[in-house]
Amino acid sequence: MSTNDSTQSRARGKAPAGERVADWADGRLGIYSLAKANMRKIFPDHWSFMLGEVCLYSFLIIILTGVYLTLFFHPSMNEVEYHGSYIPMQGQLMSEAYKSTLDISFDVRGGLLIRQIHHWAAIVFLAGMFVHMMRVFFTGAFRKPREINWLFGFLLFVLGMFTGFTGYSLPDDLLSGTGVRFTQGAILSVPIVGTYISMFLFGGEFPGDDFVARFYSIHILLLPGIMLGLVVAHLILVFYHKHTQFAGPGKSNKNVVGMPLLPVYMAKAGGFFFLVFGVIAVLAGIATVNPIWALGPYRPDMVSTGAQPDWYMGFAEGLVRAMPGWEINLWGHTLVLGVFVPLVLFGVFLAAIAVYPFIESWITGDKREHHILDRPRNAPTRTALGVAWITAYMIMLIGGGNDIVATHFHLSINAVTWFVRIGFFVGPVIAFVVTKRICLGLQRRDKDKVLHGRETGTIKRLPHGEYIEVHEPLSQASLHSLTAHEQYAPAEIGPTVDENGVERKVKGSQKLRAKLSKAYFGEDAQIPKPTVEEYKEITSGHGHH
Amino acid sequence: MSSQDIPEENLPAAQDTGHGALGVADEKHPFADPGLPPHEPRIQDIDERAAKRSERTVALLFTVSMLATIGFIASFVAIPHDKSIYVFTLGHINAMNFALGLTLGVALFCIGAGAVHWGRTLMSDHELVQERHPIEAPADVRAQVFEDFRQGAKESQLGRRKLIRNTMFGAMAMVPLSGVVLLRDLGPLPEDKLRHTLWRKGKLIVNMNTNEPLRPSDVAVGSLTFAKPEGLEEHDHGFQNEIAKAALMLVRIQPEDIKDKRELEWSHEGIVAYSKICTHVGCPISLYEQQTHHVLCPCHQSTFDLSDGARVIFGPAGHPLPQLRIGVNDEGYLEALGDFEEPVGPAFWERG
Amino acid sequence: MKKLSARRRHPLAAVVVLLLALAATGGLYAAFAPAGKAQADETAQSLAIDEGKKLYAVGCASCHGTGGQGTSDGPSLVGVGAAAVDFQVATGRMPAATSQGAQVPRKKNIYTQAQIDQLAAYIASLGAGPSVPTEEQYGPEGADIAKGGELFRNNCAQCHNFTGKGGALTKGKYAPTLEGVNPKHIYEAMQTGPQNMPSFPDTTLSEQNKKDIIAYLNAVNSDETETPGGMELGGIGPVAEGLFGWIFGLGTLIAIAVWVAARTAKAKKS
Repeated sequence: MSTNDSTQSRARGKAPAGERVADWADGRLGIYSLAKANMRKIFPDHWSFMLGEVCLYSFLIIILTGVYLTLFFHPSMNEVEYHGSYIPMQGQLMSEAYKSTLDISFDVRGGLLIRQIHHWAAIVFLAGMFVHMMRVFFTGAFRKPREINWLFGFLLFVLGMFTGFTGYSLPDDLLSGTGVRFTQGAILSVPIVGTYISMFLFGGEFPGDDFVARFYSIHILLLPGIMLGLVVAHLILVFYHKHTQFAGPGKSNKNVVGMPLLPVYMAKAGGFFFLVFGVIAVLAGIATVNPIWALGPYRPDMVSTGAQPDWYMGFAEGLVRAMPGWEINLWGHTLVLGVFVPLVLFGVFLAAIAVYPFIESWITGDKREHHILDRPRNAPTRTALGVAWITAYMIMLIGGGNDIVATHFHLSINAVTWFVRIGFFVGPVIAFVVTKRICLGLQRRDKDKVLHGRETGTIKRLPHGEYIEVHEPLSQASLHSLTAHEQYAPAEIGPTVDENGVERKVKGSQKLRAKLSKAYFGEDAQIPKPTVEEYKEITSGHGHH
Repeated sequence: MSSQDIPEENLPAAQDTGHGALGVADEKHPFADPGLPPHEPRIQDIDERAAKRSERTVALLFTVSMLATIGFIASFVAIPHDKSIYVFTLGHINAMNFALGLTLGVALFCIGAGAVHWGRTLMSDHELVQERHPIEAPADVRAQVFEDFRQGAKESQLGRRKLIRNTMFGAMAMVPLSGVVLLRDLGPLPEDKLRHTLWRKGKLIVNMNTNEPLRPSDVAVGSLTFAKPEGLEEHDHGFQNEIAKAALMLVRIQPEDIKDKRELEWSHEGIVAYSKICTHVGCPISLYEQQTHHVLCPCHQSTFDLSDGARVIFGPAGHPLPQLRIGVNDEGYLEALGDFEEPVGPAFWERG
Repeated sequence: MKKLSARRRHPLAAVVVLLLALAATGGLYAAFAPAGKAQADETAQSLAIDEGKKLYAVGCASCHGTGGQGTSDGPSLVGVGAAAVDFQVATGRMPAATSQGAQVPRKKNIYTQAQIDQLAAYIASLGAGPSVPTEEQYGPEGADIAKGGELFRNNCAQCHNFTGKGGALTKGKYAPTLEGVNPKHIYEAMQTGPQNMPSFPDTTLSEQNKKDIIAYLNAVNSDETETPGGMELGGIGPVAEGLFGWIFGLGTLIAIAVWVAARTAKAKKS
């Protein structure tokens, strides 16, 4: 009753209009308790924390421009003759989908700009997600309590890839049609059900009359709908968990230090949306993307060299290009390994990064919450694994464009393919070893800095004639930041016999974990942090070093 | 995933040991946290003139944005949509697209830049600290939840009345089947559709370019010709589906250069006809090198040797391109002597 | 000797004197061998053949044999026709460097058109082959650009890309870009099938077809071609677009993010 009274008394008084509206909304939506928790929510400042915003904003831009495009695009494969304003296509037979895309590009004022914003934003969206995901990976931000949000993000990346694919296939041009043909061929390679899936997806034989309309509803409704839900869930979890932060003075695992949402982040994050939109609009104004008019309408008996998917499908393309042509024919059936193996590898390779947080938490056995980010150097094995994964990804990306690489660097396409085949196995190993060494080197440097201070570059002559470089001791804040990271001790299996001398049963999984734990945290895998004793000995001891 | 066999001491000390913001050094964290550094003012905080300058910059950016929007509308109205201009380094581009892109970009960018500049220079930059709270519920809440759940489950009698439980699960499990059945008419069953093309015995081989049936003398050594079966016209409904299987590539090789015996048998005076559809994933393969007789697929670089039964010599394709047996009819035109003996295009499970 | 000094810049200038002596011998032979045919032809034509033969002996005979019969270093030129000569020499592919990679590249032509015509006349005299097309054949009048586009995508794009930007072939070979290539040479290439390119004789790709293709190329791949969306990015498709999006799209946004998140400069402590 008292709440009611106070509301009424507020309403009776001459409260400003804004407050009255807010009161009205609060009485129905309870916005005040929501605002209390979030209006002055703290977000830490770091440029890499804005990568996720790049993704969010480009996603919004894609939705906005996508809605506009649906107003003019006809998702139909009916054959029509072109009589629009683009001369080199006059009188050509083409699907309505292709014709309407030509019309958007040439006859709808501003249509070309919106089409290009849509496509550029998609390229940036996927690139942003990739880099954002790597930021989260290398700083260990995926650890408890954020594993589920990591999975949400991963799903967004994968769904983004397929939304992109179904999107650029819609115009039914010669390049994207070739990609759809590839997809159909890949589906056919699936054992037992391949031909059925293909017939059902395309409404019969390839290309049929249906796939544009079906891809359309997948592209504008099904996948973006799921993605929108995931984005909202992703953001709710970011708010709920509060953002991670790097170690530093005053920053602990139990607090979050930064600027409040209102007003600073309202200005910065809100402003960043416009910055992202502005940059992509300029991009669309000055650089062509997917000039479908130059590609021609799709015909299954025509093709162009340089047939590539958009970049985010490039590594899958690389897998397919690098695979040898294995085919097993047995008992009247064909197992098309040459296509099916890359198809499976595509999934396995992506899944590997998705499940990594769970593998790492199993190895460390750590069940605590982590809100302080790792510097990549302080988790050498994880960092090295991540770089190895990226290396394999990038090598396959090169493989996906092997013909372009060959012509632009005057190489043999066969040589490039062989490089990719070997590099896929060798590259990650080299990357792993090198990265781990670099991380350990950086850890050593940090330790030196803590113990001996910062090199000032000033050379001093001592009374007895010796020259030394003056080292300036670090501030307490820097000392703290450089030594704030956690160091695990490798897990031990323990004695194999118990106190009575009876052999203890050790499970295989325990042995494996002990081994992995040693690889992660053993002597070769991290440089022990400097201790207070070491520091005291050096600083109080001989005065200089 | 259990971790109870990891001893506590293996885990590093928590990053905050609960001593408050000003941590105390211990064995695992040798250097205590000195706490947040004191706030230092910006120029704008102490010099009102600097603050004024910031204000004017922000206002200027917002004004530029307004002008750019006016520019956008003006460009939309004033520039003919098919006008082409030359812009240095960009080439001959569409004037309207360029003008709209730049004005829209500037209008948006300046709003963003203004807001960020405002936030960075004029809004308070005092760093604030917010406490985190453990996400896990306290033990008593946990106990209460489980208790409530048990109570609710008990009141539902689900555990006790097995008949209800089992039939409910059965019904729930079965009802999605209707949805699956509904998908049946997405497409026909494969049957033997992938095994046949339009080629039949006696079908003339029609040149794709001229739409005329081909004679042997038309096909010169070293030339490349694409063909379709007679009667298949571009305007026909179903043209795309048929050409996706029937597309043909004709080359003429000196008979003595043909290494494969069957290939020579199926050729006519060195004219060989191969499916244009790659056996890998179905791209129209046709990058023919007339000196090496290699044909390369532009999609995934499968390479076939047309002088040796279209054997795969590189790349991911698993089997040779199917050859069409050809001959000459009474009137001297090239004709097919039957359909392809094997399915064209990508391999599939039932291909055998 | 004046003629000799004019050709100082020829890379093979050092051997020209020697070859001239050989050419004189060859010229003597030429005066008698095709005598029957030459008499029937006009004098100008036979003169051109004579001159061509001399040029041939200097620039071509070392690889293609003294009578164009071919050697292990170069194929026979009997029956390749004037069009092949005009294409190969005018695009600078012939004479080729002594050691070459996977294929002979296009380079600067070192002959005048008159000399090329003489060479062509000589080679044409060795055996019948496609003749050099006339402007009427490759010119834009009466061409159907859209039909040319369809023909281009069916016959040419698989190697030369949608708009003739070129592409990769096996083992280091490549289909060159068609940008800035003289329409006459494009016509000749289709007729004669230089190097590994298959030929597209008039029997399978009619004269009108060739005209259409050239008109299409002129529309989509010339200096005046409009790329409405802005920079063309090489016209090679998604690889270039992806790189551009990463570097200039995401790159710019990250640079901006650094600015947004950076701390504002502090006033100096007083």
